[in-house]
This record gives sequence, C-alpha cells and structure tokens, in this order.
Amino acid sequence: MDVLELARWQFGITTVYHFLMVPLTIGLSVLVAAMQTAWVRTGNPRHLKMTKFWGKLLLVNFAMGVVTGIVQEFQFGMSWSAYSRFVGDVFGAPLAMEGLLAFFVESVFLGLWIFGWDRLPKRIHLACAWAFSLATMASAYFILAANSWMQHPVGVEFVNGKPTMNSIGAVLTNNTALAAIPHTLAGAFSVAAAFLVGVAGWHLWRRRSASDEHREVWRSSLRLGGWVGVVAFAVLAITGDMQGKLMFEQQPMKMASAEALCHTEKPASFSIIAIGDVANANCEDVKTFNVPALLSFLAHNDFSTEVKGVENLVTEYQAKYGTNYPNDPALGSLAGKPIDYVPSLPVTYWGFRIMIGFGAISAGIGLLALWLTRRGRIPGGRWFPLMVLGGIATPFIGNSAGWIFTEMGRQPFVVAPNPTGVEGMWMFTAQAVSRLTAGEVLTSLISLTVLYAVLGVVELYLMRKYVRGGVDAVMPPAADSDHPGDSDDSEDSDDQALSFAY
Amino acid sequence: MTLETLWFAIVALFWLGYLFLEGFDFGVGMLLPVLGKTNTERRVLVNTIGPVWDGNEVWLIVAAGATFAAFPGWYASLFSGAYLPLLLVLLALIGRGVAFEYRGKVDSERWRRVWDRVIIIGSWIPPLGVGLLLATTVLGLPLDAQGNRVGSPFESVRWDTLLGAVAIVGFSLVHGAAFLALKTTGDLRERARTIALRILPVGLLPLVAFLVVVQAREGKLWTLVSLVIVVLAAAVAWLRLYVNRDGQAFAALAVVITAAAVTFFGALYPNVLPSTLDPAHSLTIVNSAVSHYTLTVMTWVGAFGAPAVLIYQGWTYWVFRKRIGVQHIPAVHAP
Ligand code: HDD
Ligand code: HEM
Ligand code: HEM
Repeated sequence: MDVLELARWQFGITTVYHFLMVPLTIGLSVLVAAMQTAWVRTGNPRHLKMTKFWGKLLLVNFAMGVVTGIVQEFQFGMSWSAYSRFVGDVFGAPLAMEGLLAFFVESVFLGLWIFGWDRLPKRIHLACAWAFSLATMASAYFILAANSWMQHPVGVEFVNGKPTMNSIGAVLTNNTALAAIPHTLAGAFSVAAAFLVGVAGWHLWRRRSASDEHREVWRSSLRLGGWVGVVAFAVLAITGDMQGKLMFEQQPMKMASAEALCHTEKPASFSIIAIGDVANANCEDVKTFNVPALLSFLAHNDFSTEVKGVENLVTEYQAKYGTNYPNDPALGSLAGKPIDYVPSLPVTYWGFRIMIGFGAISAGIGLLALWLTRRGRIPGGRWFPLMVLGGIATPFIGNSAGWIFTEMGRQPFVVAPNPTGVEGMWMFTAQAVSRLTAGEVLTSLISLTVLYAVLGVVELYLMRKYVRGGVDAVMPPAADSDHPGDSDDSEDSDDQALSFAY
Repeated sequence: MTLETLWFAIVALFWLGYLFLEGFDFGVGMLLPVLGKTNTERRVLVNTIGPVWDGNEVWLIVAAGATFAAFPGWYASLFSGAYLPLLLVLLALIGRGVAFEYRGKVDSERWRRVWDRVIIIGSWIPPLGVGLLLATTVLGLPLDAQGNRVGSPFESVRWDTLLGAVAIVGFSLVHGAAFLALKTTGDLRERARTIALRILPVGLLPLVAFLVVVQAREGKLWTLVSLVIVVLAAAVAWLRLYVNRDGQAFAALAVVITAAAVTFFGALYPNVLPSTLDPAHSLTIVNSAVSHYTLTVMTWVGAFGAPAVLIYQGWTYWVFRKRIGVQHIPAVHAP
C-alpha cells in the first residue's frame, strides 16, 4: 500500500474510534449535569445516586476520548501536511479556538468536578459540571465547523494563489455546519439515551422479583433515557432532512451515490433496500423496494424535482474539475491518471441506510422499553435485557455509519468544491497527504490500531465492572454520604481523608 | 511589533506553559518508582497532579493548534518531518492519560502494577520527544523548497537534538521533585526534597549545555542574557531548596524554564524551522504565516480566551492548594 492509502486508513480508523467515545461523553455529561441539578434542587438522594453512578461511567469513557483526541489534533500536520499548508488559513482557526475556548474549560472543570465534591460549595460544584458538559458541546461546534468547511468551503478567496479567509463569520455560520451540528449533537444524545436505557433496563430486570432499594434509580434513568432517545431521533430526522437538501445542492455526487442512483430521474424514487450489487459497473437497476418520488422530496421538498444520477454527474464533474490529475510527482502513482469521481457506492448506499436504520431501531427500543415499564411494570422475559443491552450498540453503529458515509462520500475530494463558491477552491485527497515513507505510516497505523484495540478491551472491561457494581460501588462508604459538597464549614481537620482520590 | 511576531511570541508562550506545567507532571510520573514505596505513597504522588494533569496537557494541544492556526507551514513541516518521534509521544500520552484514570478503578495489586508501569514509561517518553521536537525546530531539518523533509525518517535524530531531548527530561525530573516537595507532607516531602537537591545540578546540566549549543549557533546578545539567567536561577533554586523553602525553589525553576524559552525561541526568531539544505528553503514567521485577517481574528480570540484560561486554571491550583500526605488517602473503593 502506498502512503496515501495508509494515511487514509489511519485517519479513518483513528477518527471513527475517537467518535465512539465522543458522543457518549457529550450526551452523558449533559445528562449527568441535569441529574446533579435535580439533586441540588430537590435534595432527593435518588438523584445523587444517579449522578454518581452515571458520572463514574462517564469518567471511564472520558479518559479514552481525551487521549484519542490528541492523535486527531496532531494528525493533520503529521500525515496531511500538504492539506494543512493549503487550508491552514481557514482550517487552523476553528481548531485553535476549540482548544482555547473548549478543551481548557472541559479539562479544568472536569478536574474540579471529580475532585471537588468536598472542596467546593454545592452550587459551584454543580456549575463545574455544567461548564464541563457545555464545553463538550462547544468543542463539537468548532470541530464540526472545520469539518463542514471541507464539505462546503465558504468565507474564502484566492490571494496570490492561496486560499485566504475573508470572513470568519461565514466559516462559523456555514449552513452546512448549522445543519450538521444539531444533527451530530442529537446523534450524541441518542447514544447516551440508549446507554441509559440499556444499563438501567438490565438493572431493573435483574432484581425484578427481589427487593431493590435502588429500583427508583434505575426506573428514573430508564425513563429519562427513553424520552431523550425519542426526542433525539426526531431531531435527527429533521436535521438530517436539512442536511440532505444541502447535500443535494452542495455535493450532488454524494447524494446520487447515497442512492446508488445511476441515471437521472424525474421524479426520483427513494430506494429502501437493494438486492444485488449496488456497485455494479454497468449501472443496472438493482433496487427493489422503491418509494416513488420520495428522493425528490428529500432533495428538494417537492415530489417532482429531477435528481441527477451518477453517470450524468461524472460528465458534469469532468467538465468542471478536470478529467485527469495534474502531472505532479507529489501525486505518486496517481499523477496524470484519470480522476474517479464516483465514491464507493456500496459504502455510501449502505452507510446511509445503516445510519438511519440503526438510529430508528435505537429509538424504537427506547420507546418499547418506556411502554413495557409503564406504571411500575418490569418485563420478566430474558429477551428484555438482551434487547436493551443490545440496543446500546445501535446508535454507535448509526453514528459511525453516518461519518463513514459523509467522509467517503466526499471522495475523491478532501475539500469538496462549493458549486456556488470561489472557482478552484477544492483539493483532491491524493494531493493532501504528507511526503512520508510508507514505513513511517505503516508503523503508526499498526501501533495506533493495536494500542486502541487493547485499550478498547480495557474500557469495556471497566464499563462492565462498574455497570455490574451498581450504585453501591460508586457511593462513598462514609456515613455522612448524604452531604458531600456541604463543606462550606471548611474547618475540617488537616488530616481528614480526601472524599475522592485516584 | 508585527502580527507575525506577536503570534510567534504567543506560540512560544504556549510551549513554555506546557513545559512548565506538564514538566512537573512528567517529573512526578518519572519519580513514581523512586519515591512511591507503598501503594498509598504512590497514590499520594499521583493525586498531587490528579485534578490538574489534563488541564496541563491541553497546553500541548493548544500549542499545536495555535501553530496550525498562525503558521500552518511550520506545523505541517515540523510535524511531518519528525513523524516517528511524535508518534512515540502520542503513544506514550495515550497510555499515560488512561493510566491515571484507570489505575485505581480495580482493587488488585497486579492491575495497579501494570498501570504504574504505563505511567512511568508514559512520563519519560513525552518529554524526550517534545524536547527532540523543539530542538529540531531550532536546529533545522533538511527541507526542500516545498517545506518537505528530504532524507530518512530519522533526520530529526542527531546528537544535538538528542541533547535537547535529554535537556527537557532533566528539567522535568528536577521540576517534578521540587513540585512534590511543595505538595506533599511528612516523610514523602523530606525524601522529595532530598532527591531534588541531589539531582538538581545534574538534571539541569543538559539544559544549559543545549542552550549553549543553540546560543553558539543562532544566538543574539539578549539571548545570552537569558542564558545567564537560566544558570543563576538554577543556583537560586538549589540554595532555596537547601534552606527548606520549597515554594521559592519552585518559583526559581519557573524562572529557569522561562529564561530557557526566551533563549531558545529568541535564537530561533525570525525563523521557525530552518532548512539545513539551503537557507532559502527555511521557514520563517513571514513565509509560513497565515493572512493578516486570520491573525487578527485569532488575536481577538486569544485576547479573550487566554486570560480566562489563566484565571480559571489558576483557581484550580488554589482550590487544590493543600499539601497531601499518606493520611489523606481514602481507602480503595472499587467494585
Ligand atoms: C445515531 C446517529 C444518526 C442517525 C439516527 C441519523 N444520523 Fe445522519 N449522520 C449522523 C448520525 C445519525 C452523524 C454521524 O452524526 C453524521 C455524520 C456527519 C454529520 O454531520 O453527522 C450524519 C450525517 C448525515 C448526512 C450527511 C451530511 C453531509 O454529508 O453533508 C445526512 C444527509 C444525514 N445524516 C441524514 C440523516 C437522515 C435523513 C436521518 C433520518 C432519520 C439521519 N441522518 C439519522
Ligand atoms: C469524528 C467524526 C469523524 C469521522 C468518524 C470521520 C471519518 C473519516 C473517515 C472514515 C475517513 C476516511 C475516508 C476515506 O478514506 O475514504 C476520513 C477522512 C478524512 N476526514 Fe473525517 N471523520 C470525522 C470527522 C472529521 C473532521 C471533524 C475532520 C476535519 C476537521 C475530518 C477530516 C478528514 C480528513 C482530512 C480525512 C482524510 C482524507 C480522506 O481520506 O478523506 N474528519 N474521515
Ligand atoms: C478530526 C477532527 C478532530 C480533532 C482534531 C479532535 C481533537 C480532539 C482533542 C485534541 C481532544 C482531547 C481534548 C482534551 O484533552 O480535553 C478531543 C476530545 C473531544 N472531541 Fe475531538 N477531535 C476531532 C473530532 C471530533 C468531533 C467530530 C467531535 C464532535 C462532534 C469531537 C468532540 C470532542 C469532544 C466532545 C471531546 C471531549 C470529550 C472527550 O474527550 O470524549 N471531536 N478531540
């Protein structure tokens, strides 16, 4: 494999992996802050138990999100140095803002939250939880603004042949970003929601016939998760529809590939599922279950719009962006070769359906769990824990599929051209990669993947342990555990043990 | 002062903040097997930095991010040019960060021993790698006209850059020992102080030697002044430790690393990454910088963001200002 392919594998693996931790952190941190707010306002110990239990699982996950994020920050310079030089004028700014305005807040206030239970007044301690969880959303905002610029470059002009930012406002209010941000955040909440439903459902079920002093903890958590999941899915569908319409204008090839739509159709039908090989080069229609005119609606809000197919778009793209790569030795084996404008059709077609499908399954399981546990009921069958625990995986799969679709659907561009933007503002992925030796990238690809795999196992092991440990494992054993955070009277003796220590 | 110069200073400031803050973090990790004889002692050591290490590490992320935002050419050429050393830093930081969080999550001697080892290794490698990276940026890489490294993946590993690597390791070790003398009580404090006294002269020698090399090659008159301050402040640090004034010794070490950064980045200026092949290919603050518009935007962001960071990060150190000792460590509580 050459450097380009290795670097792409590495970016894909490390980013998708990072994005397994990220949505759980975002969603769970906000929900934990809400639980703690409930505790501070009502003083109900159930809310404290919820805060402590879900907070502990949040921390186990957070550590992995942080360390995998550092790799992301460095990777642009390490393996995509040509990209970094080309887009640095625009792309570096949101990344630096993310660090300065979000990561500092996140890490500092998380430290205060973890270790501050007995050092800070209750309300200040609660404010730390909010600072930290809102900062995770802020970091999502900045990084998604950066990513959306790659999907739809705005706010730039060419000065001396280099892309130069002329409006930070345009970059930060890119319509692509304004649709992607709520969509991604809703995806994060659907992850946290399924996590709550799964873990709490299992606990409820496990002690369904015995007495369980913590039953209300699990019941509240399950109901919270169920409702959050349903609302998140509604937001996902609405914002996803907005994204689809933007994609139709901004990246028509991605839209056509998502549908494996070979020929232009008017009105275009939406394929629910395909039987046969969607990547078939002869572009035979392999779709079976089609909903007439739905694709036209998704693309343009009416049932008659023409949606262009892959074949027509290839000709259009060739006319606009060239038929062959430049004859530049930096392009390696691709130099002078024809450009393949069609992204991998199986990936885009199935990626799109897996995203929507698994998201819907996740919300459906949440809804079902709400129904089954209504008014004090607890289902008895063995299928119930299997369903809710299995349901935890579904939004993770949906999120990953969404990203893989978004990023691979953008190929062969790393910066996709904006049809209404500045002429020439695009970059091919093949031009973006660093001039490294294949050995270097292979070394990093293997070592990072192996390390991630090992740590993934460790995280799952710890998650399982703390899930099983339940509430008792996370509540401080001391008798005065009802009043952590109440130490405004800080005349405590100098030798008193810390309420929490690593 | 031009915007480019301002941003060069800001980037230097972030690196300085990183070396200062995570420097003692690393030192604490390196000293774990030396000072932590029992599990409780090791927990004391880890908990001196427990609430703050993540915030300290963000200085590295922002140093990289600010370099990207202001000097993408510098970020791109340095990070791809020193690819393998940086990879080692990343692998070590990944293990180390997880280790702090996971070490106490299972009550088992074997579990803790594994993570202790990860902390130790993960605290030695990053200062080595970061030192090598910074030494490379001042001493140069064989760059072609596009800013790409020519030659082997190991162009950044030479005797002079290795000296820079050892310099940062030595400083971190001393800094960590002084920090522990400041943050612990009882027996641990005494032992940390003794170690700090013993290793300070040896530990800071590579830093001085490295700065002399830098000064000899690229120095200016005023960087010579700061080099002298490095040596003087090191002597003060030792003397203050000797008379049991941990806080003042720690402050003197802050002066050491600040003056070292002044010499270092002062010698580099106005280059950011010289080419050892042809001075015409060298990256400078002008040819690697972004447009004035972007620099202006970033200046506003920095003007609001950076003071806020200093305030709330300073506040954390105040909240967790108490010294800790073995008597403060609660019993292990894990499922
Ligand atoms: C659980 C997660 C989840 C669920 C249920 C959905 N999505 Fe999604 N989707 C994502 C998670 C996601 C994501 C991972 O968050 C992506 C990747 C990039 C982005 O902005 O969000 C994404 C991207 C994404 C894009 C690509 C945007 C682009 O490439 O510019 C479109 C068109 C949609 N989504 C549309 C939908 C629709 C119509 C849904 C209907 C219910 C839907 N998504 C559900
Ligand atoms: C966190 C969610 C993200 C995921 C899961 C993700 C996923 C991927 C995947 C799977 C690829 C490989 C595509 C291919 O090889 O065809 C890729 C490529 C890439 N993505 Fe993303 N991405 C994410 C976010 C981002 C963001 C936020 C940025 C920029 C800020 C970004 C920039 C890139 C770049 C530079 C490449 C390399 C060029 C390429 O192969 O396309 N990605 N990403
Ligand atoms: C390829 C692009 C990306 C880069 C360069 C990147 C960078 C980073 C870095 C350096 C960290 C560690 C911060 C710390 O130490 O506190 C981090 C964590 C985080 N990132 Fe990413 N990230 C990327 C993709 C994303 C995306 C797409 C999102 C959200 C939609 C996201 C959201 C977060 C959040 C919320 C955290 C903090 C919580 C956690 O660590 O789990 N990141 N990221």
